Amino acid sequence: MRLPIHPDLLAMQSTVRPEYDRFFWICVIICTTVATAIAFFLIYSAWHYRRRNANELPSQLDVKVPAEALWIGIPFLIFLGMFFYGAKLYFDIERPPDNAETVYVEAKQWMWKVQHPNGIREINALHVPVGQAIRLKMISQDVIHSFYVPAFRIKQDVLPGRYTTIWFEADKPGTYHLFCAEYCGLNHSQMKGWIYALSPGDYARWVQQGGAEGSLADTGEKLFHQFACSNCHHFAGHGPGPNLVGLYGSTVQLQNGQTIVVDDDYLRRHILTPSGLTVEGFHSSIMPTYQGQLTEDQLIALIAYIQALGNRTPEGVMAPDAQGSPNPGEHQRESRSAGKSPGGF
Amino acid sequence: MATHMLPETAARNYLNEEDGIFSWLLTTDHKRIALLYTFSITLLFFLGGAFAVLMRLNLLSPHGAIVGLETYNKLFTMHGVIMVWFFLIPSIPNTIGNFVLPMAVGAKDLAFPKLNLLSWYLFMLGAFVAIYSIFRGGVDTGWTFYTPLSTTYAMGYVVSAAMGVFISGFSSILTGLNFMVTIHRMRAPGMTWFRMPIFCWSMYATSVIFVLATPILAITLILICIERVFRVGVFDPALGGDPLLFQHMFWFYSHPAVYIMVLPAMAVVSEIIPTFSRKPIFGYKAVAFSSLGIAFLGFLVWGHHMFVAGISVYSALAFSFLSYAVAVPSAIKVFNWTATMYHGSVSLETPMLYAIGFIGLFTIGGMTGLMLAALGIDVHVTDTYFVVAHFHYIMVGGAVMGFLGGIHFWWPKISGKMYPEFLAKLSALIIFFGFNLTFFPQFILGYMGMNRRYGSYAPEFQNLNVLSTAGASILGVGYILPLCYLIWSWKYGPVAPPNPWRATGLEWKTNSPPPKHNFDETPLVTWKAYEFEAQKEELNLG
Repeated sequence: MRLPIHPDLLAMQSTVRPEYDRFFWICVIICTTVATAIAFFLIYSAWHYRRRNANELPSQLDVKVPAEALWIGIPFLIFLGMFFYGAKLYFDIERPPDNAETVYVEAKQWMWKVQHPNGIREINALHVPVGQAIRLKMISQDVIHSFYVPAFRIKQDVLPGRYTTIWFEADKPGTYHLFCAEYCGLNHSQMKGWIYALSPGDYARWVQQGGAEGSLADTGEKLFHQFACSNCHHFAGHGPGPNLVGLYGSTVQLQNGQTIVVDDDYLRRHILTPSGLTVEGFHSSIMPTYQGQLTEDQLIALIAYIQALGNRTPEGVMAPDAQGSPNPGEHQRESRSAGKSPGGF
Repeated sequence: MATHMLPETAARNYLNEEDGIFSWLLTTDHKRIALLYTFSITLLFFLGGAFAVLMRLNLLSPHGAIVGLETYNKLFTMHGVIMVWFFLIPSIPNTIGNFVLPMAVGAKDLAFPKLNLLSWYLFMLGAFVAIYSIFRGGVDTGWTFYTPLSTTYAMGYVVSAAMGVFISGFSSILTGLNFMVTIHRMRAPGMTWFRMPIFCWSMYATSVIFVLATPILAITLILICIERVFRVGVFDPALGGDPLLFQHMFWFYSHPAVYIMVLPAMAVVSEIIPTFSRKPIFGYKAVAFSSLGIAFLGFLVWGHHMFVAGISVYSALAFSFLSYAVAVPSAIKVFNWTATMYHGSVSLETPMLYAIGFIGLFTIGGMTGLMLAALGIDVHVTDTYFVVAHFHYIMVGGAVMGFLGGIHFWWPKISGKMYPEFLAKLSALIIFFGFNLTFFPQFILGYMGMNRRYGSYAPEFQNLNVLSTAGASILGVGYILPLCYLIWSWKYGPVAPPNPWRATGLEWKTNSPPPKHNFDETPLVTWKAYEFEAQKEELNLG
């Protein structure tokens, strides 16, 4: 009989999938072997040692220490093997490669909103080029959701209040299910969409038709002025607030003595509730709270803008050749922030 | 006539000692309280089962065959709440444990008989409050009450459902306390720790979890109510809380709670296998200590429910490793039960069928648990039907099989009547078959990517769902049969001798049903547990 498996599910669709499936089936074979051996032994004993005489008393043999040691030892070794292989796979699934493109995902009851860095927005759909690693930075507006693409073997809960990250690289053009995997209320099972993996040419065509009005960072720049951030955060000289150029991905010292790497979560928390997060050398009372004034969309755009500022040279002066040749210091900073593990661990 | 077949005197026993409704409602006899519990949890089992039937019927169609999403969400929530807290957790400890434990250690009753009765009343109060929330309109948070869904967004009667669980928690704590003190203080002369049946060791381990884990659940539920009613931020980030804190607290109870469900089933199986193999349990001390090992390590693995929840990869590593560690004592038990049958004198009466079924299904549940403990594998299959199948293999294949095996094993002692053997064997086989047909397809569904808690699903998953529903209807028949023939045998079954299985435990050395204070004279124990050799004259063996 043919198993009723959707043909999509049998092909290789993401880079982690072959490794995942290999390990999964190795485990299935181990489990089946153990379960079959135990079942065989039970059936054999039940038959071979069946009671032949109502009053019989069998020999009362008991534990042999080597036997006990053997069946503690061997399973434990198998367990250790599963543990290490499973851990290695987990690290591969969790850690995006350095060249991954970031796409922002917002989850809410009951839809997925996607914002590409080039400014294209999608709902319940995500277009990606094959052969390009995509890192998703995700946040929820309400309850916990979970971003799940079965064909890619990836899943990550999407939390309210902080960003979590997952990555994948589609290998084969196609259309794949996107599900919400964490129960999120009434229409949980309707909170689904599609991942469209396109060949690079198709993807470029799709981007052209996307009709984006400026990049995500451009939107952020507008908000930066609209919400008067630029009044304090100057790009040249010393303002009441820190100069944000080159800030993203750097390490700063807070007033409470803590050192912290400036990442999306830090920026988001600082914009919303600055208290306790002020950088050493600045007045803690100046920065107002933006809690309730900015949507998650706007926060993402602002952070994208600040991140884009981070790629420029500090001190507000655009280096004459900054556009063309990235200097080595920048490059290092970029890769450090990209190589950082996801989800704020 | 064999000496173990003592003539059944028309002796006074715990059932006919006193009459009238108040002799039951105000009883402090552990055996009568066990029957009160049995009656209550049987009703609740069929209530929770009815929710499951409706869910399975609904899943016949990808768009939901009979109910809408809202009702479906309430169905799986109430199925979980009722089955976990009002059936599985009290199932074996409060029925079989209550009945057998004092007799197994040679005591007249539990240490605190009145607390035992109070525990039943608290359980009933909790159950009524939980059922009240169903009739007021239900809850749709899932039995896991994840925040901030449960505290801020859910519309249902979350507070009353949580309060029902909260109240019933006290009955768990009292039972655990009672069992621990009884085992420490009430053992008959000569009943040393290492002469106790494994049943008592496992019940002791269960009691430790009852007493230590249940308060954490109580705190967590209270915090949910405080956040929901007073908007004090604990778990909801919009109020300054942390949603993962809830998951840590919830699973710190709810993972050990899995062992509350399965350790008692292991206790029952550890009695049945030696009795029907006529051999001492293989490696007594290893089995006894593995129960305590499971209880201890069970407290350290809660994070394996959160591998994709946004915890650090390093804490995930630790939780994965510890999850493999807790599997070791479970593996020891499985191997030792199997080895007990080796070279035994094996007789396949109904309890033994359930025990063997338990070992097989628990092994599958355990092995798939090991797969889920592997970090990388968990990512794809967690929150899918793979997990649903896995924990039903443990809880239904394990705990419920253990419960039914125990009920059949001790039925002659409880009722004084024998159950009809043929029908019982038949229903054991029906249950085994129906169970596998229901839940095995769900492993495949999970691997294919079907999410749990989905009232509607992608059409490619339909075939296997239909198969699963077919299995569930067979399983349902398998559960109704024992209900019918056990009730029948209570009145019409053949009279049971004191020790129909020629078992070695103390509870078999008194009449069936036992007298009010269990033993006419306090037993003196001079033999080890399952020492058939020492009792061979008395049991007419060899």
